[in-house]
Amino acid sequence: MSSIPADAHAHAAHVEHAHHGSFLTTYVFSRDHKVIGLQFLFSTLLWFLVGGLLALGVRWQLAYPWSDMPVLGRMIASQMGGQIAPETYTMLFTMHATVMIFLVIIPILAGAFGNFLIPLMIGADDMAFPTLNMLSYWFMWPAMICFGFSFFAPLYFPEGQPPSSGWTSYAPLSLTNGGGQTLWLIGLTFVGVSSMMGSVNYLTTIIMMRAPGMTMFRLPMTIWGMFITAILQAFALPVLTAAGFMQLTDRLFGTGFFIPEGWAANNSLHASGGGQPLLWQHLFWFYSHPAVYIMILPAMGMVSDIIACFARKPLFGYKPMVYAIAGIAGLGFIVWGHHMFVSGMNPVLGMTFMVATMMIALPSAVKVFNWLGTIWGGKIHFTTPMLFALSFVSMFIIGGLSGIFMAATPIDIFIHDTYFIVAHFHYVLFAGTAMGVFGAIYFWFPKMFGRQMNESWGKVHFLLTFIFLNGVFFPMHILGMVGFPRRLADPYQYETFHHLRPLNVFMTWCAILMVASQIIFIVNFFYSIFFGPKVGRNPWHANSLEWSAPSPPGHGNFDFQPIVYRGPYEYGSPEVDTDYYPQIQPPPEGAQPAPASH
Amino acid sequence: MNRFWALVFLLVPVLGVATFVVAPYYHHWFPPDVSELGRVIDRLFMFVLWLTGAVFVATECTLFYFMWKYNARSNHEPIKFSHGSHTLEVVWTILPTVTLLFIAIYQMNAWADAKMRKPDVPITAEITGRQFNWDVRYPGADGVLNTPDDIFRYDGQIHLPVNEEILLLIQSRDVLHSFFLPNIRIKQDVVPGMAQNMWFKAKVPGEYDIVCAELCGWGHYRMRGRVTFEPRADYEAWLKRMYDEQEAKTVAMTPSE
Repeated sequence: MSSIPADAHAHAAHVEHAHHGSFLTTYVFSRDHKVIGLQFLFSTLLWFLVGGLLALGVRWQLAYPWSDMPVLGRMIASQMGGQIAPETYTMLFTMHATVMIFLVIIPILAGAFGNFLIPLMIGADDMAFPTLNMLSYWFMWPAMICFGFSFFAPLYFPEGQPPSSGWTSYAPLSLTNGGGQTLWLIGLTFVGVSSMMGSVNYLTTIIMMRAPGMTMFRLPMTIWGMFITAILQAFALPVLTAAGFMQLTDRLFGTGFFIPEGWAANNSLHASGGGQPLLWQHLFWFYSHPAVYIMILPAMGMVSDIIACFARKPLFGYKPMVYAIAGIAGLGFIVWGHHMFVSGMNPVLGMTFMVATMMIALPSAVKVFNWLGTIWGGKIHFTTPMLFALSFVSMFIIGGLSGIFMAATPIDIFIHDTYFIVAHFHYVLFAGTAMGVFGAIYFWFPKMFGRQMNESWGKVHFLLTFIFLNGVFFPMHILGMVGFPRRLADPYQYETFHHLRPLNVFMTWCAILMVASQIIFIVNFFYSIFFGPKVGRNPWHANSLEWSAPSPPGHGNFDFQPIVYRGPYEYGSPEVDTDYYPQIQPPPEGAQPAPASH
Repeated sequence: MNRFWALVFLLVPVLGVATFVVAPYYHHWFPPDVSELGRVIDRLFMFVLWLTGAVFVATECTLFYFMWKYNARSNHEPIKFSHGSHTLEVVWTILPTVTLLFIAIYQMNAWADAKMRKPDVPITAEITGRQFNWDVRYPGADGVLNTPDDIFRYDGQIHLPVNEEILLLIQSRDVLHSFFLPNIRIKQDVVPGMAQNMWFKAKVPGEYDIVCAELCGWGHYRMRGRVTFEPRADYEAWLKRMYDEQEAKTVAMTPSE
């Protein structure tokens, strides 16, 4: 530990960074990446809860259609005495997806962890553009306000209606829905602006501000995940923002980008025409398919770091892992059409997209094999973060494999828009990303707050979440095989699906218990912020740079100049006696430099 | 507690496989298939299910075994200090590539049959999705659409001949819908401003569900139709009856002098 100077020595370096601001500039309009990261973390966790409760509304309707929903029903359907009306049901699944994707997963990965970890892990004192960084958080607020108010659209729009066109907002349905949809589109634009500011900042920071010795191939996988994600966002997001504007002008000014000739709805003929509804789907998925990778790559990176740390072994195949992420990102731009196999798109085009989609399964497989390779022959410590990270691998295998069914075009004809696809993306996004995020919270909590979360309660939280999530999502594959359609308020009136209700009741109770299990997490999280046991700089004995900074790091992050000597995965290196070998630790005198990793 | 977590992860492949084994006994499986294409799609599904199932069991069991064997509390051997293996990377890149390419090419024929090789038969019926019903228009005795003898039905009940190649013209009047016949394994979104074709051959007479599979508004859940496949003679008799009914209505509606 000789390489880390005592805090006293560092004081001088520290003061130079500190600017004496008021409470407002320190904690609210802060330009410090760590504070911004935590702001993102708290807001997204709050919305996570909202999104989870919306999902319970959906689940209740599927288990007990048209019956009064206790407690929550009073809140979301008070005028109906707790009964979920079909209009409410369409709102519920629309807003569940919107909240989870745009206000939780994307901002918690890029906004919270990206902000907090990037400067710390590359050895920088802050982001390249701190003010832009602050704005990227504060542009989330108009978005949150728009999405939040859109729930109450009926109150202040004539014939208003909360957003209820699905999170995909397919035209022309989204052009006919009242009021709330306009707010939804404005909210989406703000989310886009916020992500854009973030991604420009992350790219510049990672390229320009790495500490001496921190070559690109010494970056931790977390940073690689964030880096590639930022590229995806920078190049794909403008398309969605433009498309959102086009839909907005279609709604407000009748521009007709997505309105076909002679189109009538709501008993009125729209004069404008000459547009094409399929154009919206192409533009939407051109962003929203890469967005799927935006929602998983950073989690893959964080999981790689956690697994290597608790297997006490170098990451297996570091470079193939990097290439796999890059491959996923590259292919990610040319597979959007697989959302549109039965949309009426040219079937020849369908074949092309099918081949590209099949190929994108390859880098995912390579990543899984390398994670398995990493724990092979290691010494696995089953800490809470490790359990969540391992469950990411286990669940991602399911989510990845079920993607092959959808990629196969003839099979997709049958299972498209059924619960099979709902199973698939929940295995990737909840069982994958959200579990990875939980692991990351437990893992980096000591760095964020200088205290540790309770391990035993963390494991209870893990076990309950792991069991119930599979109880909710695994049977969805079976439902999909029966053809059970998604977004349907009452599927049981169909003869084909009539017998599926008992299974849905089981899934709903698993969902309720899963949400209830999160209370353990919430209590543990807030209790530990104030009363958790204090920890030093490196409680997990990890290698990467952030663990050599104080916990929590002060303004300017490092109280010494970090110099990087090696990659972040030298666990159990024969060069040193300890089973870890921090990136900043100079090699012992006369030691041969470690062979280049390959 | 030493082995506890490994065993928890073992539950994933065990219960996962068990779910798929038990489900058919409770009829939680494909709905009965009454078409020619359906058999091909089901076979493809089962092929991919076996393949991915094998990979699923293999990888999940490997994960379990490593968690069991390399537990820090029981594994006292020094770790294998390895940064990877070039050979392994090559192997586990090439194997999935070949497999995935094989799946991709293997199923192209079924896709072409379903969506690209339009049969050379006259149009059986025109189906129009609207909020929230499926309207049908039959060409009538002359076999040509858009002529005065067309037969219109607005009750969401579609009749079609069995054991014949059926060619439908499908379209939408307002928003997106999706014409989904679970028992035929076929689905096609209908897009306003875009007339499309759909074709299949039903093999078993009977009455089946028509599901709208694309969100089309608050009433999406009740956009429910039924399709009846019947032998040619019954079908023609039914058409005649519907035609007569329609003519009677038309006459009745003519203002009397």
